[in-house]
Amino acid sequence: MTHVVCVLQYAVKKPFAVLYKKKNITRPFEDQTSLEFFSKKSDCSLFLFGSHNKKRPNNLIIGSRMFDYHVLDMIELGVEKFVSLKDVKNSKCPEGTKPMLIFAGDMFDVNEEYRRLKSLLIDFFRGPTVPSIRLAGLEYVLHFTAVDGKIYMRSYKVLLKKSGCKIPRIELEEMGPSLDLVMRRTHLASDDLYKLSLKQPKALKPKKKKNISHDVFGTTYGRIHMQKQDLSKLQTRKMKGLKKRPAEKLAEDDGAEDGGATPKKSKPA
Amino acid sequence: MAAVRVEAVLAAAEEQEAEKRRSITVEKELELEFDLGNLLALDRNPPPAAALRGAGPRREALLQSLARDNTQLLVCRLWELPAERAGGAGGPLVARLPEPAFRLPREKPPPRPRPPTRWEQFARLKGIRRRKKTSLVWDEQAKEWRRRWGYRRAGGDPARAWVAEVPAGADPEEDQFARLRREKRERVARNELNRLRNLARAHRAGSAAPAAPLHPTGHQDRDELRRVARVARVSTASLGRFQPRLPKEPAEPPSRSGGKKRRFEPLLGNLAAERSRQLELLRDMGSKKPVLDITRAVNKQMRQEEAEAAAAHKGKKQSQRGKRGRRQQRPGRSGKKSGARRQQQQKPAGGGAGRRKKA
Repeated sequence: MTHVVCVLQYAVKKPFAVLYKKKNITRPFEDQTSLEFFSKKSDCSLFLFGSHNKKRPNNLIIGSRMFDYHVLDMIELGVEKFVSLKDVKNSKCPEGTKPMLIFAGDMFDVNEEYRRLKSLLIDFFRGPTVPSIRLAGLEYVLHFTAVDGKIYMRSYKVLLKKSGCKIPRIELEEMGPSLDLVMRRTHLASDDLYKLSLKQPKALKPKKKKNISHDVFGTTYGRIHMQKQDLSKLQTRKMKGLKKRPAEKLAEDDGAEDGGATPKKSKPA
Repeated sequence: MAAVRVEAVLAAAEEQEAEKRRSITVEKELELEFDLGNLLALDRNPPPAAALRGAGPRREALLQSLARDNTQLLVCRLWELPAERAGGAGGPLVARLPEPAFRLPREKPPPRPRPPTRWEQFARLKGIRRRKKTSLVWDEQAKEWRRRWGYRRAGGDPARAWVAEVPAGADPEEDQFARLRREKRERVARNELNRLRNLARAHRAGSAAPAAPLHPTGHQDRDELRRVARVARVSTASLGRFQPRLPKEPAEPPSRSGGKKRRFEPLLGNLAAERSRQLELLRDMGSKKPVLDITRAVNKQMRQEEAEAAAAHKGKKQSQRGKRGRRQQRPGRSGKKSGARRQQQQKPAGGGAGRRKKA
């Protein structure tokens, strides 16, 4: 059964996945070197390992990697119920669509292991990062519910129905693989290692724009720096009525000259 | 009557609107968290555990309805994003997604910052800071402000350089113009070589292969070869004392241990010195204050301050005369030589004093 699950996830994630068909007898929780070797060889950083023993029936290990191909997180899940793509007789959506991911349940926030599982699943199932997306092409949704120590994963095809307004009404149709998972063992990286892996280089951080500030209400304020302006020489609209007539101009000039010339005039007198 | 009819019409219209809205609104206790860059929605509401415990189709139906509600909310958010028609008026409606907000661990570690170049190391050691240069320079001949470099730069007019004087001790037959051109070409080539060396050093430091010091192709740089040769020489049983040297290899500076593996003081030597040494040791061990070598501490502090000041001044505007200017103004002291001599004089004294105390 796990083999089928593996094949399925490969199908879901094509063309970004590599499937190893040969049965490799390794125990990931004890020995991680073989996993690291495989990841180095195929240059992949996420892996999914399925196995079946009497002790751990229908085992599935989801893991993710970090710096230079060393194992970061591994979570072992047991598959209780499994419905494959072929069993559900409905129309499918094309390969490679970016799925919408929904996580329901407060366990995904409260429990540390569940939180790591959530980030693992997001990393696993989200497609390539795209700048824009065609709204009519949102067809695939993966829904994870955490209830009672179990995680139900369901995939649905999205049908956009007409509603009165612009936003369509959603109807879902069951499609694709569905899994009932139980969390078994975990091998999580230490907190500081995890923090180190989350560090972004400075180039990727969003640049702050200077002189722009935002209000609580969402208003954007900008700041302009100007030189000192002489307001008397400001160019305003031309109002013909306010134009100085030649007579007035002369009067002004005389006044200025009188003020300056009076001491001179008094002399010859 | 008309009023009643108007009211009725309005109520009917409102009812219709509400009906439309109802098909896409979803009631939730807690708001969902969205990360539209990843097409992700997180629902914190606790699911109805009791209802989901029962097996079979009822559970599936419940899960489906829960999924439908959450998907409806996510789609509402996505439809609110700024959208445009891709490929002209008839193309599909395309929404612009924001950057993914959910932080996921990286596959490989972020790249390390490049190591400083030779000049940067020297400048940091000396405390030399960058001076911001003006972009325009006054050109005396053209009597206007010209650029420092580039199109129509100050002093770059080729018609100006119509004469090239023969310097005092040069060959009178030599072509001076050709010499100037050749020297410029050499300068450019040297600059380029240094730039490539800096790049190679940065690349080497980034990949960091110290475990394989010898290249298979034989292209080594001088320092590495010297280091490896020294390590090879000293790794003999006699610590390299009887190793022959190549014809042009410089003699090794006398090492502190003199080729011996351990150094022992003579058994019956200077009794007074031994006594004073032991008493000093006891005093240092018993004293509460730490032992401080003043000269070394002062030198270290000064160098650290200079380096900090130079680093802090990166990119800031500052006056022309900094610490270096002040140092240069003092008579008879140029920065490099006397500074080095000063540190040289104090260092062996400090080293000697330190060594005595340790032994």
